[in-house]
Amino acid sequence: MPPTSRTPDARTDAPEVLSAPLVVEFPFTRSLGPVQSAFLTGLRERVVLGVRTGDGRVLVPPVEYDPATAEEIRDLVEVGSAGTVTTWAWNPAPRPHQPLDTPFAWVLVRLDGADTALLHALDAPGPDAVRTGMRVRVRWAAERTGAITDIACFEPYEPYEDGATQEAAPHSGEFTDPVTGITVPARLDYTYSPGRAQSRYLAALAGHRTVGERCPSCRKVYVPPRGACPTCGVATRDQVEVGPKGTVTTFCIVNIKAKNLDIDVPYVYAHIALDGADLALHARIGGIPYDEVRMGLRVEPVWRGDGRYPDHYRPTGEPDADYDSYKELV
Amino acid sequence: MSATPGPATERREVAVVAFAQSDHARDTAEVSEAELLLPVLQDALGQAGLRAGEIDFTCSGSSDYLAGRAFSFTMALDSVGAWPPIAESHVETDGAWALYEAWVKLLTGAAETALVYAYGKSSSGAVRDVLTRQLDPYYLAPLWPDSVSLAALQAQALIDAGDTDEAALAGIAARARTDAAENPHARHSGPVPPGDYVVRPLRTADCPPVTDGAAAVVLAAGDTARRLCDRPAWIRGMDHRIEAHALGVRDLTDSPSTRLAAERAGAFGQPVDTAELHAPFTAQEVVLRKALRLDDRVRINPSGGALAANPMMATGLIRIGEAAEAVRRGASRRALAHATSGPCLQQNLVAVLEGDPR
Repeated sequence: MPPTSRTPDARTDAPEVLSAPLVVEFPFTRSLGPVQSAFLTGLRERVVLGVRTGDGRVLVPPVEYDPATAEEIRDLVEVGSAGTVTTWAWNPAPRPHQPLDTPFAWVLVRLDGADTALLHALDAPGPDAVRTGMRVRVRWAAERTGAITDIACFEPYEPYEDGATQEAAPHSGEFTDPVTGITVPARLDYTYSPGRAQSRYLAALAGHRTVGERCPSCRKVYVPPRGACPTCGVATRDQVEVGPKGTVTTFCIVNIKAKNLDIDVPYVYAHIALDGADLALHARIGGIPYDEVRMGLRVEPVWRGDGRYPDHYRPTGEPDADYDSYKELV
Repeated sequence: MSATPGPATERREVAVVAFAQSDHARDTAEVSEAELLLPVLQDALGQAGLRAGEIDFTCSGSSDYLAGRAFSFTMALDSVGAWPPIAESHVETDGAWALYEAWVKLLTGAAETALVYAYGKSSSGAVRDVLTRQLDPYYLAPLWPDSVSLAALQAQALIDAGDTDEAALAGIAARARTDAAENPHARHSGPVPPGDYVVRPLRTADCPPVTDGAAAVVLAAGDTARRLCDRPAWIRGMDHRIEAHALGVRDLTDSPSTRLAAERAGAFGQPVDTAELHAPFTAQEVVLRKALRLDDRVRINPSGGALAANPMMATGLIRIGEAAEAVRRGASRRALAHATSGPCLQQNLVAVLEGDPR
């Protein structure tokens, strides 16, 4: 999606401040220890397991170490799939990924036989149907994989069955085909705004110009600019057009093809000091055999189509720059 | 009992000598993190009469998840003046913990001055969803329980226990926003209506405003502090503690970690007159007052607290800064600052600050 721009900001000379959608998405793959493996496999089999601590308390959901003593605990027990709400909160507007897409209550439920509470969703018609102390039971998901979401939600489970609640019973924790890992997808949506200095830089680049900013204190020209001099720690405001030509200050030869990169290896990636800049940019060098690239080589940008930045840099044909002219930038 | 590391020899004195914060806003898309931070850093350094290169140790607090970018704090370093090389560190949480690290550094004698800063741009993403990623990844994160929902569970637990009710929570919200009228940096100030339920029992007014902002503190040791500042706010003690991670294991109506941190920081030795509490939700102030044994004689959050401005990752550092300011301008003799991180007051830090006797 192309970047969008905001209303001009009267406090600066920036014509516009850019922003663009930024999606961070990752499938976290996690291995399970023996206790978590037994618990999540149990959910797949409609069995809720807890773990007993050294002083006899039953923790549900179970953990591998006693939260009070840090002692390793492995003593698995089976608890009921019904329990009592210890606290709740009515969620009138469910957010993406939450267990139910209609209004529901978040609940902490102490399952029968457990001493601690499990967080989940309660499907109820409205807040008036929920109270602390109410009885609820697990509603199992139709398809279960060995994850906390195998509990689709809780549902009201009135009345008390003569007040009788289940005691925790010993359980081996052994199942056929145990779940040993989970993959948890996560996606977060952001709007990225690069700020004033980088917006000015990107706007200039769209017009095939490269703009840096001069530090009022040390007079160095930084490109790309970030609005601050990293040496002096002061704001940089003076814009200075640099390049388009520059000098290779140092380089490397890339021999491994990156995924989804449509460039043949080997190729050269270089630091390039654009004329007038006091900081080297990095870019790919093309138009010359990889083994003929050298420090001091004079280069110029090559733009492709409607690209928003140079595709690569190529030799200008000028004589090489003297080492002394760029040695400060190596 | 003090929290000083090492043997119980005479402890170095360390003080807050400068504090600056941004004018907190709903959205600061027009500036990068470095651009947001730079004026705040310059303000803090200017108050102390120091230039960037004169600071012995720099420590920051921020979160990649708020920014949505890996190692986002490295970009902010441009505003610090990191050349020639500086001694720098970072914590992936509230800047109050960065201040703790800097305090320890000064106590060891490895530095005379420290710059601590923190920033957060909650506007970049949906902060309620973003914060679910700090939860236990096996049992909680897959359910995406958002930060308001978890705070609402805590609020209901307090109501059930008879510790508060919705009217009392509305009173806390009103007091905070009224006090914030005196705070030029606050995002919300003046009376606000209770609003609709966000997640019952919490209404709009019970929740912190989504906020972008930054803050910076300069610390200095002993005679250096006296040289840089007319009235240093001496840190008499500081400690931080954590609860069991699973919410269902904890008693959500209490905060034993806050109480223990306060005890270790020496908060209960003498009464404090002012407390800056990091309570993003009204009900959490009820928990903290109880844990810290604060009665009606203690002025709570004269700045308006997190209910008036909640720049994530800087909110806790601002509590220390505001407490120090109260000491420095003579409005407080002995002030307590509290910072929190994580759901339902998961982690808690307490600092005690005092001025020299006048």
